[in-house]
Amino acid sequence: MLNPQDPEVDGEMKQGHKKFTSLVRPRGVTSALAVATAALGLSSCTIPTFGAFKGATTQGQSTFHLFQGFALASIAVGGVTFLLLFYVMFRFRKKDESIPKQTHSNVPIEIMYTVIPIIIVVILFFFTVRVENKVVAVSPSPNQRVTVTAFQWGWKFYYPATNTTVIASGNTYPQLVLPQGETTTVTLVSKDVVHGFYIPAFNFSRYALPGFTNRFDFNPTTTGTFIGRCSQLCGLYHSEMLFSVKVISPAAFSSWTASQAGKVTA
Amino acid sequence: MKVEHKIYLGLGAFFSLIVIIYWLWAGESGGATMLLASALLGLVPGSYLGWWAKRMSQRPEDVDEPTVEQSSGSIGAFPTYTIWPFVMGMGAFMVALAMVFGSWTLVIGFAFIISAAISATLESKRGGVI
Amino acid sequence: MTLTEEKKGESDHGQAGHHEGPSGLYRWLTSTDHKVIGKNYMYTAMVFLFIAGGMAMLIRTQLASPNGHFVSQQTYNELFTIHGSIMLYLFAGPFAFGGFANYLVPLQIGAPDMAFPRLNALSYWLYLTGGITMLLGFLTASGAAAFGWVGYAPLSSSTNSPGAGPDLWIVSIALVGFSGIFTGVNLVTTIFYLRAPGMTMFRMPIFTWNMLVTGLLILIAFPVLTAALIMLYADRHFGTVIYSVKGGGSPVLWQNLFWFFGHPEVYILALPFFGMVSEIFPVFSKKPVFGYKGLVFATLAIAGLSTGVWAHHMFTTGTVLLPFFSALSLLIAVPTGIKIFTWIGTMWGGQLNYKAPLTWAIGFIVAFTMGGITGVFLASPPIDFATHDTYFVVAHFHQVLFGSTIFAGFAGFFYWYPKLTGRMYREWLAKLQFWVVFIGFNVTFLPQYLLGLKGMPRRIAVYSPTDGFTFLNQISTVGGYLTGLGFVIFLVNMWISWKRPVPAGDNPWDGYTLEWATTSPPPSHNFTSLPPVRSTRPTWDRNHPEHADYKSPHVTEYAKKEVSSSEG
Repeated sequence: MLNPQDPEVDGEMKQGHKKFTSLVRPRGVTSALAVATAALGLSSCTIPTFGAFKGATTQGQSTFHLFQGFALASIAVGGVTFLLLFYVMFRFRKKDESIPKQTHSNVPIEIMYTVIPIIIVVILFFFTVRVENKVVAVSPSPNQRVTVTAFQWGWKFYYPATNTTVIASGNTYPQLVLPQGETTTVTLVSKDVVHGFYIPAFNFSRYALPGFTNRFDFNPTTTGTFIGRCSQLCGLYHSEMLFSVKVISPAAFSSWTASQAGKVTA
Repeated sequence: MKVEHKIYLGLGAFFSLIVIIYWLWAGESGGATMLLASALLGLVPGSYLGWWAKRMSQRPEDVDEPTVEQSSGSIGAFPTYTIWPFVMGMGAFMVALAMVFGSWTLVIGFAFIISAAISATLESKRGGVI
Repeated sequence: MTLTEEKKGESDHGQAGHHEGPSGLYRWLTSTDHKVIGKNYMYTAMVFLFIAGGMAMLIRTQLASPNGHFVSQQTYNELFTIHGSIMLYLFAGPFAFGGFANYLVPLQIGAPDMAFPRLNALSYWLYLTGGITMLLGFLTASGAAAFGWVGYAPLSSSTNSPGAGPDLWIVSIALVGFSGIFTGVNLVTTIFYLRAPGMTMFRMPIFTWNMLVTGLLILIAFPVLTAALIMLYADRHFGTVIYSVKGGGSPVLWQNLFWFFGHPEVYILALPFFGMVSEIFPVFSKKPVFGYKGLVFATLAIAGLSTGVWAHHMFTTGTVLLPFFSALSLLIAVPTGIKIFTWIGTMWGGQLNYKAPLTWAIGFIVAFTMGGITGVFLASPPIDFATHDTYFVVAHFHQVLFGSTIFAGFAGFFYWYPKLTGRMYREWLAKLQFWVVFIGFNVTFLPQYLLGLKGMPRRIAVYSPTDGFTFLNQISTVGGYLTGLGFVIFLVNMWISWKRPVPAGDNPWDGYTLEWATTSPPPSHNFTSLPPVRSTRPTWDRNHPEHADYKSPHVTEYAKKEVSSSEG
């Protein structure tokens, strides 16, 4: 988190703010849009989380910032829409039996409410693509590799470097161990039906598909234990197909892999 | 007729554009096939309607201010009641159940469907122009 | 028996179309009258709504506490599968394009019936038997289908889901699918060929326009679904391997086929309801619809774009082209937004008469705007990765679909109820129902957004007390019960209206379109006389000649001609 006393940070934020106020003459949608744009592009310290996870990986954090931007944009657009709606609802209540002016259309207004949403959408798309490229990027030379196999109803985590296997057993859920600050490439497959490999705290999920191999990277930023779930309905015990993710320091990780080399934890 | 023609053709043209972009960019055949079918669904009836629009005189429903002659005459013959759709529906139901339970209802179901189709056609013929 | 229909001019007064036909049950079985079939559709769909709504109550009860034991996990899976299947295949669609469209489109364009009345009757019987087939699943030994309304391969294969229940689900949807295709053909043909003289395409009511586009979308989407289901059936019974990896098939193909149907389907469900509120806002504001052509082109744009967005349901498969589907999915928000602003523009400067239809229609805007905005979130792949298959999505599509089918649907139902029955509903009960349902609905679904962001996946039967989902789920359940209570009020309203009828008159709302120019309920084959059609609002023009649309200079070419001839 940035320190507001830090002159550099403060200056940067002010500058950003100035830029946007000078860019747009405050006009409902556009100025709100500018705020949203600022949120997407700049620091997001002071913006609330809107209930989302902040993301315990660099990828998850990018997603979180994108989410905040979308949330602000949607509050702005939704706010304008609801203000208009409520204004109309109360202002134009029936007063008498007279017939109001029969307005059929107003072309400038119609063009306005077509063009402004298109601009908003283009901006949202621009930031979406930027974050998307970050989130789906797979490093050619990751620090670690792990193969995740989903099956009805459990998970198998296999570390090829040390030939370590962790697999679900009974009432205990399997644990995926990841090093903090390093890139781990996950190879995701399914043995039977479609499953969803979902780690809420990482702001990430991906289907485990039979007959198709998915690859993606995690760069965990915080140590700790997080819950993982199956997100795609996979049959009777779908609700109980849980796992946990433990992010530990690289040193602890290497001692863990050394101790687990060649072992199968069932 | 011209508006109808343009709606179909417009949708067909849009889908054609999408299928080209999708095929060149994604290169995925399943979706491209379905998009191509959608494009044809727009282009084929669209061309047909356009072909007719050129050859027929303007219909009263396409005229801004139809004359008295245009506003009178026959629209067509409409049935008021008939049992055959119900019989055909029950036939389809029996065929559907046979597909699950594999029973003799398959034969009865097809008998229902065929007899209903023949009867409804004859009924429609007797009723005059449709 | 068939009757030849003559065109009805303004001068044909008193020539009542009095046709003798069978009565009672036999009339119900044999009628090809679009009004009888439309009502059959509507009431059948409402029965299915109550069945699936009851299932929703059971689902909410199960989730009211962690590690719920109200129903077993197997039963829970069956419940949400059939809840979703009924709501999407048997309620929302047939209620709109089978019920409202069947009843209203011929009336609105001044036609005596649908173009293919026998086919129309067949559609209804296929729909009814399809619905019964789906419910039969609960009576089989292995239970109903339990793989979600999307039936993802290979969970829906014969090894993973054996038994008769899944087969019943497949043939049921195939029957309903054929029924939908027939209705789509009927709608498009009727609108293209049976319009009254002077009813040009750009004078059609917005509802009819929306039903035309819905019909076209049905023709695009439903055949894909039916074909996909036939292939699934073949996989299960004839040993084909279309969706099975083992034989070289592809499970992702099912998702592609299903969602190529599934996303246009969302618009097939929503567009009719957009059409309904587009009729209601003008009438209760005493103004014409604002930006008629813009609204029509927005509808056509939605139809075009909706076929290019299917894979936004498959972002997390890792097999689809993310930017393509993301761009089109974001773009489809634009015509949808245009519609919302058009409705607000229609009310602007009007005389808003807060009768139940308008109240429900405004409730629709509120719900739909929220659902639409959260849909924009899901069109962005990274955000979809974080929220896919969670309660965020559940909340989103319930706000969109419940918002359309219930809020706009009941707005439409109360608006046309006098036309359907010749009677008036009880205004205060309709409004009471609105407030109970509106509050219940928001209390149910707003907490679900938070649940989704906290990581609660959809379709889970149990969750742990340590997950932190309990409190929000309890709120949601209370909201669910409240919503259920609202529908009991509806039943009371209908019962009172049936027991103590209040005649409504032919045009209680001062409606604009042709259905209000005939009696309530209309005679068989609809019209004894038609007002001349010179604008989008023929009935308004007749009742308010001093404010008639064809008199305002910018409305039609015809009007321009009139102005220039009077000057000359």
